[in-house]
Amino acid sequence: MSQAIEHLSAMEDQDMGKQDMGKQGLRADLAIIAKWIKRDTKVLDLGCGDGTLLAYLREQRSVRGYGLEINPFNIEICVEKDINVIQANLNNGLKAYFSDNRFDCVIMSQTLQATEQPDLLIEEMLRVGREGIVTFPNMAHWRARLQLGLKGIMPVTKNLPNQWFNTPNVHLCTVNDFETLCKNHNIEILQRTVVDHSHKQGSALMNLFPNLLGEIAIYRFRRY
Amino acid sequence: MPETIDDDSVGIVETQTIHFSQALTLECDKTLAEYDIAYETYGELNADASNAILICHALSGDQHAAGYYSMDDKKAGWWDSAIGPGKAIDTKQFFVVCLNNLGGCKGSSGPNTINPETGKYWGPDFPIVTVKDWALCQYRFMLSLNINYWCAVIGGSLGGMQVLQWTIDYPDLIKNAIVIAAAPKLSAQNIAFNEVARQSIMSDPDFHNGYYLEKNTVPRRGLMLARMLGHITYLSDDAMRDKFGRELREGKLNFGFDVDFQVESYLRYQGRSFVDRFDANTYLLMTKSLDYFDPAQNYDDDLALALKQTDAKFLVISFTSDWRFAPERSQEIVKALLQAEKQVSYIEIEASQGHDAFLIPIPHYMAVFTSYMRNIAEKLS
Repeated sequence: MSQAIEHLSAMEDQDMGKQDMGKQGLRADLAIIAKWIKRDTKVLDLGCGDGTLLAYLREQRSVRGYGLEINPFNIEICVEKDINVIQANLNNGLKAYFSDNRFDCVIMSQTLQATEQPDLLIEEMLRVGREGIVTFPNMAHWRARLQLGLKGIMPVTKNLPNQWFNTPNVHLCTVNDFETLCKNHNIEILQRTVVDHSHKQGSALMNLFPNLLGEIAIYRFRRY
Repeated sequence: MPETIDDDSVGIVETQTIHFSQALTLECDKTLAEYDIAYETYGELNADASNAILICHALSGDQHAAGYYSMDDKKAGWWDSAIGPGKAIDTKQFFVVCLNNLGGCKGSSGPNTINPETGKYWGPDFPIVTVKDWALCQYRFMLSLNINYWCAVIGGSLGGMQVLQWTIDYPDLIKNAIVIAAAPKLSAQNIAFNEVARQSIMSDPDFHNGYYLEKNTVPRRGLMLARMLGHITYLSDDAMRDKFGRELREGKLNFGFDVDFQVESYLRYQGRSFVDRFDANTYLLMTKSLDYFDPAQNYDDDLALALKQTDAKFLVISFTSDWRFAPERSQEIVKALLQAEKQVSYIEIEASQGHDAFLIPIPHYMAVFTSYMRNIAEKLS
């Protein structure tokens, strides 16, 4: 058994070294989001990072938008890329800046799990936008399960690279958890994709067992 | 005193003056039949006049934004850290203009100049000019240089308010608006500080109802007090603690009312040196102009509505320890801009220096500023 674990760990290590890039240099989960965004729409990117997605959407889809970001160095890069970026803490909500139904779509990629109140933030997304898109690392992915279930340690993977004591990810969840939240909050899921470590999009098997085989979950949703 | 001039300095500069003989009707309904505007320029205007930048100065600023007047000059212009070849406002790319606002005391018509109708100093009879009047003045000035629009208007504090006014009054003549450490209007606390400053000037026995120049005197003590008060509001508690702590000037308490602490000495020095370079009536006028600034007033108190017409792109910058115009005040501007669906970026710079931070070349601040300006420059060609 321990040999099997060693083997799996080695596989993980290999994966962690892999380039996390998709087509046109866009991170694969961002490439999937980009496909879901219509031309000439207005978007808000919560936790926009270095503005890669917004820059891509502006150039490829003529999308107008703003990014909210807290990290000063990311903001510097956004300004360099000529992105409209607003320095803000998402934990303070969006009320200070945005009225209802301002955007066609509100995006939050790989940020949900690091916010103080993800449920309220999702509500805020659907207040200011008609649709929301979130991506998050799925805690029920088999690698995470393996580490917790067999090794008995908090999972550390490529998508969850931090140790338990220094992780910014204070609200990790699983595919099932997220869907339960949507149900309880009267949110309709319009599209779901899960990708694995190489960001290959859903094989039939992965789509059949998203909670087990999906490493990153990507959802598009709106108010029922 | 620069023994040599750095490569990134605009070098030796001089103030020029333009005389305007076309009458100017001000917001207060008074008319100036003629007036002078003192200004400086740095860099070269390009062939299609598309690279002109207007710098708006703050309360105690003037047209001398960058460079030195001579090799003996002790200090560079007030924003030398940001203006020059290779600096944030790159004079290799842009033609930069800064003028002394009307009512100022550095060569433009103001209380310390002669009223052509009476042959005497204007003194307190110089009309109160507003931020809107300044924008109008700057607009006329722009046309006089054969410039049709500014590729950017940039200013901090009261200067930032002029930038806002530009986007409201001349919405299509400004391509980029950089509003630094500003506010959409003054708070009661801001006005209260200004009032104490004014009272200290006006209660000086040498004030003579503002006609002090005719009496060959200046209200030194009053103006000094006003400046000392101002300085307290420009610094943060932390900045003062870092700079002075409770350090004693002579290493011991003197049990008297003269200077014990370094901070007292600093304030007195700032006050005294200000008196030598600034006019008390101008100080009164500038503080009133600040108090009156409220561009949303004519738009149902809706700043977003006021800003609706402009196509300018905005960069709004605030500083964490600024309590004179705190980040929340800049956020009010940002909120209105977002509501009006304008292109805007907003950066809150971590800084301990208080309101003064906008003049200090803090690396993150300069990096963002430089990148933003570089993008503007790229679109020129």
